[in-house]
Amino acid sequence: MAVTVEEVRGVAALARLSFSPADEERLTGELNRILQYMDRLNELDTEGVEPTSHVLPLANAFRPDEVDPSPAVADILAAAPQRQESYFKVPRIID
Amino acid sequence: MRYETVIGMEVHVELQTASKMFCGCAADHFQVEANTHICPVCTAQPGALPVINGRAMELTAMTGLALHCQIRPHNVFARKNYLYPDLPKGYQVSQYELPLCEDGWVEITSEDGPKKIGVERVHLEEDTGKLQHTGRASLIDYNRAGVPLMEIVTDASIRSADEAFDYLNKIRQVVRYLGASSGDMEKGAMRCEANISIRPEGSDEFGTKVEVKNLNSFRAVRNAIAYEVERQQQVIEEGGQVRQVTMGWDEQMGVTREQRSKETSEDYRYFPEPDLLDVHLEVEWINRVGRELPELPADKAARFSEIYGLNQKDIAVLIEDAAVAAYFEEAAQHSGADPKSVANWVTGEIFRRLNDEDVLIADAKVSPAALVELLALVKDGAINQNAAREVFTELWEKGGSPAAIVETKGLKQISDTSELDEAVAKVIEANPDAAEKIKDGNLKTVQFLMGQVMKETRGKANPQLVQELIKKQLRV
Ligand SMILES: [Zn+2]
Repeated sequence: MAVTVEEVRGVAALARLSFSPADEERLTGELNRILQYMDRLNELDTEGVEPTSHVLPLANAFRPDEVDPSPAVADILAAAPQRQESYFKVPRIID
Repeated sequence: MRYETVIGMEVHVELQTASKMFCGCAADHFQVEANTHICPVCTAQPGALPVINGRAMELTAMTGLALHCQIRPHNVFARKNYLYPDLPKGYQVSQYELPLCEDGWVEITSEDGPKKIGVERVHLEEDTGKLQHTGRASLIDYNRAGVPLMEIVTDASIRSADEAFDYLNKIRQVVRYLGASSGDMEKGAMRCEANISIRPEGSDEFGTKVEVKNLNSFRAVRNAIAYEVERQQQVIEEGGQVRQVTMGWDEQMGVTREQRSKETSEDYRYFPEPDLLDVHLEVEWINRVGRELPELPADKAARFSEIYGLNQKDIAVLIEDAAVAAYFEEAAQHSGADPKSVANWVTGEIFRRLNDEDVLIADAKVSPAALVELLALVKDGAINQNAAREVFTELWEKGGSPAAIVETKGLKQISDTSELDEAVAKVIEANPDAAEKIKDGNLKTVQFLMGQVMKETRGKANPQLVQELIKKQLRV
């Protein structure tokens, strides 16, 4: 499996990123090397093994429904590049 | 040509949990100062890890069970990737391929009687932050980001705006009965989208569907569907083709408008959320949730019909709110209570007051016992209907005992023949014309004289007795 420059451009657009043509080439190469590694993993025989998204033998870690206010509220707001009163402020999204 | 309307609905319901879906922030966000309920998890600080709110899982499973769904023990949270500032992570955690609940149904009322609407799935996700656009900036409040949000998706078996309306009402009733959500559309706790298409009557093929968003009230649901169906018919009749687009309902103008299509295709690149552990619900967990289900609206309606012999219209009003239904039952089960007259008062006078004054039955000063006592006073002839209304007003405003109110206000019905005879004689003497008319056979005029006697006795006369006495004295 391999990705093309067009696919890299598409994924970049979805992430609101844009690259120079040279970077697009370089990233396509890097991504393909990662995919080659996946191809190697795919050579393993996983017949009869349940797919999973992580390796911990744990399930159902539920939290009780209790409010536990964060002590970091002010710090989080202070870290915003821009704010107005207690709002996070970003360039206008729709016109 | 005649057309058939085909509708599928997606309803988002905000769960009434204390805390958010994946963090301990308070879930409350309505009229709360912006960004006061935020933390590293719901603002996507690097390294912060989410943990599932167990209660949100239970409430969603309860809703699924109430909608006759199967609970999927192994359900999976996935990342729905998109970049928009309403969620700071760059993705929304939602359930995609393996939702918590699947394959259920809701019974609604259609033109042809009861009808089942298929519920394809009920899944859990997180709500997004609120955006406000001002001048050249957009302002973001993340208090709502990460609040548990349940999505209920139907199949395409809804056939009219009225059916959609009834479906939505049934869903709201269920989530309210379960205590899963306030179901309050005005406050955004319930939000709705409809997929609408039309096809020639008798056809098996589906037409091109249009998705209508922004349905933020029951009225909007009915009006938007009616409008969109009309619009699609017109397009087809003019020889055109309905295009597959997303529309927004413009409440003020009463029209659907095409929403600007996103520049890039909707490619959400779903994949399992690696920050959460697996969910494998045990049978015990599912059974425990099942035992928590209260009596549901449909079952209550059936029981009210069977036990109390009420008509469908009264039942519909009584069961709308579980607290009202409980109030009715407490009164109806009192010894000596007549369920039908209790129902009349609850659906009549009490409902009018609740609506006019926008109060909850829980805050009513009239206890079910006091209501029953009041009805007994009427039944025994101690007071008449006029006085009963006056006593009720006093009870509603101040509470207390009906008998004591009758006593202090001197509302006891006069059923003493000699006392009433005197009043009747006086009234007849004062109204000779009316008396003549009655003698001539115009019996409607009896009502007029009765009114005069009521005035004379300050509303306390026993009306039946007065009627008899008038007829007796005039020999008709
Ligand atoms: Zn949080």
